Amino acid sequence: MADIIQVNNLSKSYWRNSLEIPVLSELSLNVNEGEFLALMGPSGSGKTTLLNIIAGIDRPTNGSVSVSGTDISKLNESALAKWRSSNVGFVFQFYNLIPVLTAFENVELPLLLTKLNKSERKKHVETALNIVGLGDRIYHYPKQLSGGQEQRVAIARAIVTDPLLLVADEPTGDLDKNSADEILTLMERLNKEFNKTIVMVTHDPHAASRASSLLHLDKGVLSTNGQSH
Amino acid sequence: MKLLKLIFKNSLRHKLRSSLTIIGIAIAIIAFGLLRTVVTVWNSGVDAASANRLITRQAVSFIFPLPASYRAKIASVPGVKEIGAANWFGGVYKDKSNFFAHMAVDDNYFVVYPEFIVPKDEMEEYKKNRNACIIGSQTAKQYNIKLGDQVVLEGDIYPGRWEFNVKGIYTPRDQNTDATQMLFHYEYLNETMLQQSPGRANSVGWYIVQIEDPNNSASVSKQIDALFMNSTAETKTETEKAFTQGFISASGAIITSMNFMSFAIIGIIMLVLANTMIMAARERTREYAVFKTLGFSAKHLTGLILGESLLISFLGGGVGLFLLYPLIEGFERAMPKGFFPYFYVEPITIILAVTATLLVGVLSSVFPIHRALNTKIVDGFRHVG
Repeated sequence: MADIIQVNNLSKSYWRNSLEIPVLSELSLNVNEGEFLALMGPSGSGKTTLLNIIAGIDRPTNGSVSVSGTDISKLNESALAKWRSSNVGFVFQFYNLIPVLTAFENVELPLLLTKLNKSERKKHVETALNIVGLGDRIYHYPKQLSGGQEQRVAIARAIVTDPLLLVADEPTGDLDKNSADEILTLMERLNKEFNKTIVMVTHDPHAASRASSLLHLDKGVLSTNGQSH
Repeated sequence: MKLLKLIFKNSLRHKLRSSLTIIGIAIAIIAFGLLRTVVTVWNSGVDAASANRLITRQAVSFIFPLPASYRAKIASVPGVKEIGAANWFGGVYKDKSNFFAHMAVDDNYFVVYPEFIVPKDEMEEYKKNRNACIIGSQTAKQYNIKLGDQVVLEGDIYPGRWEFNVKGIYTPRDQNTDATQMLFHYEYLNETMLQQSPGRANSVGWYIVQIEDPNNSASVSKQIDALFMNSTAETKTETEKAFTQGFISASGAIITSMNFMSFAIIGIIMLVLANTMIMAARERTREYAVFKTLGFSAKHLTGLILGESLLISFLGGGVGLFLLYPLIEGFERAMPKGFFPYFYVEPITIILAVTATLLVGVLSSVFPIHRALNTKIVDGFRHVG
C-alpha cells in the first residue's frame, strides 16, 4: 500500500524563556494508507506532539510532514485550517464536545464549513451517528450521555466529513474498560470496514494491541519494540 | 448564518450571568436616556431660540423693568423689523405646585413668535376682550382648561386676584416650542397698575426685537444699547440664544455633570459586558481550540464572539429603550407640574443610545477575540477552564 503520511527528519523543540526543550529529534516515519498505527511511550515522550504535527495543529521546528502528497509544514494558517477540515478527523481523550449543542449539532459542526445544504448535512450526520450506534441519541446533549457515548459522538464528528486520516489522542484514556472496548472495536471497524487510516496515541497496551502496527516513542526517538525506527 | 444558533445558545449558556448583564445594560441605557433627556430639555430653550430675534432688557438685571417709551426708539433702529414686549407676571394658579409661565404681552408678541400658532378666530376674540388670555395647548390639556373658561391667578409680583377669560389656545409649531405659557394683554396689566400703583405703570420687562438679517445682530444690538447709554435705564441687547443661555448658565455645572455621567454610565457598562465576555471566552478556550482544529477560521471565531457580545448588548439596549418611554412619562409625572415646558425623548438620544449599544457590543468583544485568535490550538487544549 502507498504511504499516506511521510515524516522526514522531524524535530520539535519548545522554548521556556531562553531554554530550549527538545521534544522530537530528527524523527522519520511512514504510515501506509489504511494502516491503524498505535503510538506508545511514557509521558513526555513526544507522542501527542508528533500526533499534533501530523494532524496539522502544531508545526515542526525542522523537517517536513507530508500527508497524501501535501507538505503541510509549508501551509499557512488558513490553508492549514482548510486542509484539516477536509482531511483529518480528530478524537480527543476528553471528547471535547460543545456542551450547548446536541449530538446532532456537534457532529454537524465540521459540515458547516462545507457547501452542503441543510438536508444533505442531516443525511451525513445521521449516517455518521448510525455508524457509531447512536442513531437514537441525536437530540441528546453531551451531559445526557455516558462517557463512552460522548466519545462515540466525537468519533461521529471525526468521520462525518469522510476524512483521509483519523487521529486519536488517548481515545480510551477517560473511559471504563467496557466503554474503552466499544470505542476500540468501533475504531477497528472504521479501519477495516471503511479503510480509514488511523494514528492513535495511547498509554494502554490493551488499546495498542488492537492496532495493526505499533511504534514506541521515547525521548523523541521512535522505535519498534525498542529498536530504533 | 450557520453559526447563529450557536451564538444564541452560547449567550444563554450562563442564564443568570447573561440575564444580569442584560439587566445591567438595560438600566444603563435607561439612565443614559433619562439624563440625556433632562439635558436636552434643559437646553431646549436655547435650541428653540430664533437667530433673528434679539432681547433688550435692563442692563443691570433682568428683574428691573424698562420704560414703555423705549419701544418707539428701538423700532426706529435700522434693521429692526418688528418689536414685541413682555412682562413676567408670576402669580399662582390654584396651587403653588402648578407652575407655568404667566406673561403680559403686547399683540405684537404673536408676530415676533410665529411658532405660537393661534387660530385666526380665537386671536380676534382675544384682541376684543381686555382680560382675555391665550394658553399653551400643553397647559390647557394638563389642567383641563377649555375655551371660555375663567382662569384666576393670585398675583405675587402684582398682588391681587386676577381673572382671565380663555379666548385662545395656541399650539406649538415645533416640537421644542414651549406650549405651557399663559399670555394675556399687557394693556390689562398696565391699566390696572395705573390705577393701583402708578409708579409701576408704563414699564415692560423686556423687548423682543425681530431683525431683518440675523448676520446684523451684533450691530443692531450695539445701536439699540447706544440709544439708552447714560440714561437711568441702560439696556443690554443680545441674541435670544445668548439671553436664554444666560438663564441656564447658573445650572451649567449640573448640566455638564449630567452630560458627563450619561457617558460615564456607558463606559461602566462596557466594562461590565467586557468582563462577561472575557469570562466566557476564558471558559471556552478549549472549545475555541476545538473549533480551530475542526477548521474554523479567525473570521468564524470573530463572528462567534462578536455575535454573542452584540446579542447581549442589543438585548440589554432593546429592553432599556423599550422601558425608557414609560419611565420618562413616569418621571415627568413625578416632577412638579410644568417644571419642564415639554419632556420627550429626542431622536438624537435614541441614536446615541443605539450607537452606544453597538459600541459596547463591539468594544467588549475586542479582548476576548484577540485572546481566542492568538491562543495556539495546542495551548488551548492544555487550558484548564
